[in-house]
Amino acid sequence: MAATQKEIVDGLAEIVNEIAGIPVEDVQLDKSFTDDLDVDSLSMVEVVVAAEERFDVKIPDEDVKNLKTVGDATDYILKHQA
Amino acid sequence: MSKIKPSKGAPYARILGVGGYRPTRVVPNEVILETIDSSDEWIRSRSGIETRHWANDEETVAAMSIEASGKAIADAGITAEQIGGVIVSTVSHFKQTPAVATEIADKLGTNKAAAFDISAGCAGFGYGLTLAKGMVVEGSAEYVLVIGVERLSDLTDLEDRATAFLFGDGAGAVVVGPSNEPAIGPTVWGSEGDKSETIKQTVPWTDYRTGQVEKFPAITQEGQAVFRWAVFEMAKVAQQALDAAGISSSDLDVFIPHQANERIIDSMVKTLKLPGSVTVARDVRTTGNTSAASIPLAMERLLATGEAKSGDTALVIGFGAGLVYAATVVTLP
Repeated sequence: MAATQKEIVDGLAEIVNEIAGIPVEDVQLDKSFTDDLDVDSLSMVEVVVAAEERFDVKIPDEDVKNLKTVGDATDYILKHQA
Repeated sequence: MSKIKPSKGAPYARILGVGGYRPTRVVPNEVILETIDSSDEWIRSRSGIETRHWANDEETVAAMSIEASGKAIADAGITAEQIGGVIVSTVSHFKQTPAVATEIADKLGTNKAAAFDISAGCAGFGYGLTLAKGMVVEGSAEYVLVIGVERLSDLTDLEDRATAFLFGDGAGAVVVGPSNEPAIGPTVWGSEGDKSETIKQTVPWTDYRTGQVEKFPAITQEGQAVFRWAVFEMAKVAQQALDAAGISSSDLDVFIPHQANERIIDSMVKTLKLPGSVTVARDVRTTGNTSAASIPLAMERLLATGEAKSGDTALVIGFGAGLVYAATVVTLP
């Protein structure tokens, strides 16, 4: 069953916490991965791969650069999840 | 039909000795920062690299190879005349023909050893090792020298902030010879030419010669795509190599991945779930990314510092431009 927006944000929060050590409550829709959450370009790849597995979605390299905020990633997953 | 007599090789092959050569000039991040807008902290956090070595005019591909090979031959306890094959993997020898392997074979004092160059980017050591193992077991050479050597500083765009800090120069060599026990596992290797744009030389030499471009060709890469492929796809290949050799990660003593970037190494270790007991090569910190040379250089350093010892079981994996990859499990010399 497709994940809801809240489930996706919660899932991303756990992933970002695991990879960058950022508290889960800091991971909000308007937060920028690089500017607010200390997720650099390489950690972003790890976040993307973890999100792909968790939400059964494919996020190609050329789309990763467009995912600036948690909201961007959430919308992308909502739209593309299987 | 006449009967052809078959060749007679050794039952198995092993790495008998290793040697390395690092150029005398040590280049700290401060020097890189003269031509790119970055910081020491940024370079370290993205790559783990603190210093790298850059070759001078005398430290040619051949000269560095001869130094590293001499040490490997001595470490193996054989003489140069016993070497029957010399395989050189490099992408930064700027004289296309003849193969630099022939000059190296001659100057080392081999007895007209078969000598040739291969091009397999950062997987070059694993490709050469696989060929050498085949030659020893098949019987076309008793001892084979495998050399990974690069002068990547010649192929670095010092104004490209994504790659200027990455590359280094050096040579690493191993002697592969006969063994009564299996000591080089099955190689898991391959190519993915559909991803050839991911890591590449910017333009062909001929474009530079004809003035179509002003800048000398350099190596460029798509950082995120390389990172994803290197960590997640190569972890699968590394696991396949362990499985093929019948080795579990708890049996493993040492992990020597191509020294591309410490972040890739860290993520591979995590993805492979390697136990803390496994020694992980992190030579990239002070050697940079030396492509085909990186695995034998890292191997030599681990053995020299005592972090690894002779007889240890090591997983080696190279991956890079092509894209190409090669992974195998070896017993350290």
